[in-house]
Amino acid sequence: MAEDVKAPVPPPPEGGKKTAAEARPAAPAKPAAPAKTEGPVPLPWTSPLVEKYRNQYGSGLEAITYLGQNYFIVDRSLIPDILRLLRDEEQFNYCVDVTAVHYPKREKQFDVLWNLYSYARNERVRVKVQIADGDSIPSSVSIWPTANWLEREVYDMFGIRFDGHPDLKRILLPDGWKGHPLRKDYGILQQDKEWVQINLGIESGQ
Amino acid sequence: MSAAAKDDTKENARDISADAPRTISSHLDLDTPEKPYLDSNELIINMGPQHPATHGVLRVILKLDGEKVLGTECVIGYLHRGVEKIAENRTYAMFNPYVDRMDYVAAVSNGLGYCEAVEKLLNVEAPPRADYIRVILTELNRMASHQLWLGTHALDIGAMTPLFYTFRDREEILKIFEKYCGARLTTHAFRIGGCLYETYAGFEKDVQKFLTFVAPKIDEYEELLTTNRIWLERTKNVGVISGEHCIALGVTGPVLRASGVKWDLRKAQPYAAYAKFDFEVPTGENGDTYDRYLVRMEEMRQSLRIIEQAVNSIPEGPIMAKVPKVIKPPVGEIYHSIEAPKGELGYFIVSDGSTQPYRVRVRPPSFVNLQALDVMVRGLLVADVIAVIGTIDIVLGEVDR
Repeated sequence: MAEDVKAPVPPPPEGGKKTAAEARPAAPAKPAAPAKTEGPVPLPWTSPLVEKYRNQYGSGLEAITYLGQNYFIVDRSLIPDILRLLRDEEQFNYCVDVTAVHYPKREKQFDVLWNLYSYARNERVRVKVQIADGDSIPSSVSIWPTANWLEREVYDMFGIRFDGHPDLKRILLPDGWKGHPLRKDYGILQQDKEWVQINLGIESGQ
Repeated sequence: MSAAAKDDTKENARDISADAPRTISSHLDLDTPEKPYLDSNELIINMGPQHPATHGVLRVILKLDGEKVLGTECVIGYLHRGVEKIAENRTYAMFNPYVDRMDYVAAVSNGLGYCEAVEKLLNVEAPPRADYIRVILTELNRMASHQLWLGTHALDIGAMTPLFYTFRDREEILKIFEKYCGARLTTHAFRIGGCLYETYAGFEKDVQKFLTFVAPKIDEYEELLTTNRIWLERTKNVGVISGEHCIALGVTGPVLRASGVKWDLRKAQPYAAYAKFDFEVPTGENGDTYDRYLVRMEEMRQSLRIIEQAVNSIPEGPIMAKVPKVIKPPVGEIYHSIEAPKGELGYFIVSDGSTQPYRVRVRPPSFVNLQALDVMVRGLLVADVIAVIGTIDIVLGEVDR
């Protein structure tokens, strides 16, 4: 059983658990591996839309489908352009969410995700970018105004800076707080003790 | 606030020192008539976080010219509990009750979204009977959420009576919840894979009794407000937002529909058993506070329609799918969203194959909708800000998470 579960996962390249999810689509040649007991695996996503952008951007773009949901993994350098194209040409005019995931064991530690929806096509797509710790990423506020608060939250929780954001500051945590809680190295009980003591006048918030 | 106030005093101080012998204050300069008698300065005032009309702990900084609003800034996070961080440190099943605490007036919806997201990740489907129970409870909860919204929103605007009416009727819904799962507010009604509890004896009867009880009550609310002159003056053409603006700002739910965009996730991307039921998606035209009120009133009636169909055709069968005791979804990620009473409530879950989610991102409708406040209140009066906060229908537990 245990072997069965591990079967479709190629040897993790960096030992990180999550890298497997990213690496798997690189080996789509073995569709026989996922037996009946195993769930679906990420597969390359093919559609006219993907072809179009692949011709345009070549290797900077990877298209994957998993459980019926499609996403792109794109190079950081493509980021404002492809989002704008998706909005203008493909009618993905509703930015559902901007968020991030932290993979501390990876070289490029963060996934930044744009979750898009098109009212006209009734279709969702995610755009995923991998960036290293300390890297900034172009803001999408000029494309979708709704990204304003969402990017602020990503900055607040992960410390990822968005270039060109009109007002990048913390949103849920207080301005003077130290640390970004949704990073994996931030413990669940961890807090900015100094801030708590100065501003709340108590020893600890726990 | 302090910046503007400082500038002001500095200027005045300089004026006074320049004309030292004068005793009258500088801005009442009667010798130079071209100077206005009273300076009109932008005033920055603070509303909240402890303000009864902000529905919780929302702080809004208002920039005013007299009583006209020039701009706003929301300060949020007072209720931040780090729900997403907690999720990473709990198993999938353990995190389930936490989601109830986000939008605590629509806890059932939160639970439905979360359970369905994990089910998708696990590649299991809830059995039909569970889906029907889910729909009935979720629609009852939508009703309760809209009733609470109506009562408090009307109270903010100055109509006190609807609050008593809606709370009286909402109580009947909470009683059904209590009988079903023991809890009234944070119900934790669903489990990953279906429902834990079978309906109690007489559940269908209770629900049907509630339907016949509440249908005339909705007319009663409307009687109080829909043609009420004060209500009309306080809500018509207040907080207008266009459909394009809504889409650009990511606004969903009744606010979007009141601006003329006919979009409801229950229709667009049906989940649970919604595809089997017949209901309308009400829309407005003007995108003002009044239209949002009408849309929500109609939504309540449509909810009743859905509940009626569901309760009359509820199938027999199991209520729980085959789910392993230890929930360990395969490595992968999923985004699943539902139409919560306030808009699109989404869960983005990343699994690393272990028993705990690697990342849970909640896409909260209140948080995103609140961003539209600034657009909606510019040019209005201070009192209208209260009406607009009410009409967006935010729950701070969900905004701050």
